[in-house]
This record gives sequence, C-alpha cells and structure tokens, in this order.
Amino acid sequence: MSERALRIGLPILVLALVIGLWDAVVRLNHIPPYVLPTPGLVFATLISDGALLMHSLWVTLLTTFEGFTLAAVGGIGLAILFSQSRLVEYSLYPYAVTLQVTPVVAIAPLLLIYLPQPLAVLACAWIVAFFPVLANTTLGLTSVDHNLIALFELYRASRWQLLWNLKLPAALPQMLAGLRIAGGLSLIGAVVAEIAAGSAGAGSGLAYRIAESGYRLNIPRMFAALLLLSLAGIAIYFALSALSHLALRRWHESAVRRER
Amino acid sequence: MNRHTSTIVSLRNVGKTFERGTVALRGFDFAVREGEFVSLLGPSGCGKSTALRIVAGLSAPSAGTVEWADAKHDAGRIGFVFQEPTLMPWADVAANVRLPLKLACAEEAQAGAAVAQALARVGLADFAGAFPRELSGGMQMRVSIARALVTGPQLLLMDEPFAALDEITRFKLNDELLSLWQMLKRTVIFVTHSVFESVYLSQRIVVMTPRPGAVFADIAIPAPYPRDEAFRTSAEYAGYCRLVSAALGKAMVGAAS
Repeated sequence: MSERALRIGLPILVLALVIGLWDAVVRLNHIPPYVLPTPGLVFATLISDGALLMHSLWVTLLTTFEGFTLAAVGGIGLAILFSQSRLVEYSLYPYAVTLQVTPVVAIAPLLLIYLPQPLAVLACAWIVAFFPVLANTTLGLTSVDHNLIALFELYRASRWQLLWNLKLPAALPQMLAGLRIAGGLSLIGAVVAEIAAGSAGAGSGLAYRIAESGYRLNIPRMFAALLLLSLAGIAIYFALSALSHLALRRWHESAVRRER
Repeated sequence: MNRHTSTIVSLRNVGKTFERGTVALRGFDFAVREGEFVSLLGPSGCGKSTALRIVAGLSAPSAGTVEWADAKHDAGRIGFVFQEPTLMPWADVAANVRLPLKLACAEEAQAGAAVAQALARVGLADFAGAFPRELSGGMQMRVSIARALVTGPQLLLMDEPFAALDEITRFKLNDELLSLWQMLKRTVIFVTHSVFESVYLSQRIVVMTPRPGAVFADIAIPAPYPRDEAFRTSAEYAGYCRLVSAALGKAMVGAAS
C-alpha cells in the first residue's frame, strides 16, 4: 500500500477498532447509559439534540474566533512594538510571560467577578492565545539575516521600509506557527472560561453545555458536546495549517515538498 | 586598457577595534583609483572584510578617515555583494534585483527596465519569476550581482563572493565578472583569500598582514585583458601567483615573529 493510503487508512482503522471495543464493553457488561453510553447513542444524541448543540457550538466558535483575532492583532502588534523599541520590550515582556505562566483556570473565576460573562470568556481566550503569537513573532522579527539588514542599511532604507519589506516577511513563518498554536489555545481558553462560568450560572457555549449535562447526568449529551469540541479544534488546526501552507508554499522549506 | 589615475576613495590610517577588544585593522592605508579592479588578499580574519564594510559605510572606523573624491557620494553609488547570495527567499528573482530601486522609491517603469537590463547582463533574463530556492548556488550569486549592478553603481564591493562555490562555477563566474567589468568600466574592490583568483582577476593586489590588518604589499598584475583560459594556464600567470604567494608568506611570517 502507498504511504498516503497508510497515513489515511491506519488512523481510520484504529478509530473503528476503538469504537467497536467501546460498544462491545458497554453491551457485554450491561453498563447503563448514564454511566457510559454506547457510541451509537452518542451519535443519536448528536442528531436529536442537534439544534441545541449547534447553537452552543456557534457560541463557542464565535468566542474562540474573537479571542483568536484579538490574540493575533495583539500578539503581532506587541511584537512589532517590541522590535521597534527596546524600552517597551524590557518594560512589558516580563508581564507577558507572567500572564502566560499563570494558569488560566485560576484567572477565570476572578475575571468572571469583574467582567460581564461574555467579556470574561473572551478575555480568557485572549490571554492563553496571545503569548505564542507574541513569542513566535518576536523571534521571527529578531532573527533576520544580518547581511540582509546590512543591505537595507546600505541603501538607506527607512525604519518603516526595513519593517515592511524585510522584517515582517522574514518573520512570516514563525508568525504563522504562532497563530497555528493560538488557534487551538483560544478554543481551550474559551472552554475553560465557560466551565468556570458554568458553575456561576448563565451560559450557552458548548463547554457550558457539558457542565450542565453533567449536573443532569445526561452523559450521552456530554459525549456529543465533547465530540463537537474536538471536531471544532481539528477544523481550526487544519484551517490554520492550510493558511500557513498557502502563504509559504513558494519559498519556505517547511512548505516545500522535498525532492527525492 | 587605458589607465585611470583619479582616486575615488581613500582610507587613511584607518583602525578598527570591535567592542570586545578585537583589533581588526591598524594603520590601514588604501586608495582606489577610478575604473580599476583591485583585490584585497589576506588570510581569514585579517580584517579585509572589515575594510570593505568601512568603505561601504556599514561600519565606522575607530581611527583614521575615509575620504571620497566626489563630495556628492551617496548610497546608490555603491553595490555590495556578500559571500552568501543574501537574497530574500520570499521574493522572486526580479523583486530581489529590484530591491535597491524600491528602497530608493524609483519610478516603476524605469525600475522595470533597469531590472530587466541587470538580469540580462548576468544571463538570467529567463529567470525573473523564479524563487531563490529554485536556483543553483551560482545562479543565486548572479542574482546577487545583478542586484548590486541595478543602481548603476560607481563602485562595486565584493566580499569573497565566490568562496562558497565549486571550482567550475567559480571559474565561470570569474570570467563573467571580468567581461562585465570591461563592459561597464566600474571600479571593483574584490576581497578574497585565494591567490589564484586574485591574480586572475585583478590589476592590482593589496596583500594584507594577519590581524590587526595592515597593507603588507601592493602588487601590480600588468597582464592585459581580456584574460581567459589561456592566461590561466600560462607561465606568466604562474609567475604572478608565485610572486603573490611569496608576499603572502612573508606577511604571515612577519606577523609570527
């Protein structure tokens, strides 16, 4: 079999095996659905609760997208600012790191006290997602070929020309790598905040739906919501990978197929 | 070949000490006459690249002065070729060559014509749309030379441009460089650590001492141009190579004692 067929076929085979095993375990042990539903029941719930879950999915995706956009703008903007001014970098970078290393689960309850819930959820998505964009873009902006910088100096390039024509394009691969990480993280941030908010009351995102279903012992719906969350995460990852590939395919080693 | 005599740039008693205390140049005196092809020859680390960067204005001397004959001297009059092709990998060949004009905000149509001409001169007219990674090392270096020529510089500075290439490609580019030089009548300062390359190319070779770099000998190579394969295998060429090698050897010994 060809390499490509194996790469697609094997994961599907593993998936089928695991689902089959899961189904067999539930049936043979007569496990009740409020402990562990069969895969079939999860799937049926996905369809019967479709409207509700889709609405929740939409809410979570919107928060994720907003958080991601703010993280991208904030991370890239701050990285550019850092590359232009050492003083700004020295002043702010430690706090960017602090924000990153403080677990967002611990920040979320506090944010929920001071901000309206949708805003608090958004803030969480932003906090976890912006740092990889900032760190990667900063790395990209500062690791430009010194000779190319010398060349720009030789031709008396302005600061703006240096940034726009050299540093930003040179940093693009790292920037895109940061965005790819940020995509998944902003989903995680949104979910964490929704879970934290879930115990506090109102909410309609997927993670809130999971928490709520848990309280009601509606285990099939928990699984269905979890499945949707995973699919959303996978879709985000592939969308950003495709974007990265499109942007780099002509020139960057990471996107160019190796000749054999 | 008519000999030009007017000096276009001279370094007087130039010294360069780096921040960490390395003394790269000390009492370096060097003048370049208009239209000549001069090589700076010396062992690696002797400060020849530093001298070139000082001429380019990329590095400031810690002592001494750089004097330009033309008071109106500006950036567009220098072309620089690095040891690596130093191309922007995200831009195609034409965009790379156009860069100096773009940075000078040159007019579109004029820039387009200049780019096409520079590419034609290095034999890459058909590769305007290619990306650097799609080209061989020698072709990338040609793009780099085209970029240095696109502004029509008065002075071309080359920092061991062919050192990383294989010998066959290097010989070919040596010949191409010589014919460009004869056609365009530009001044070239060529940094190299190869005796053979410097003798083949230059009208004059400045042999440098090991660090801190200073001028050890100034040797004229009066062989006529065009030079070709016949010259490379001639007794005359071998004689010059022996002469320059001997000078280089003495420069090294002088430093050791």
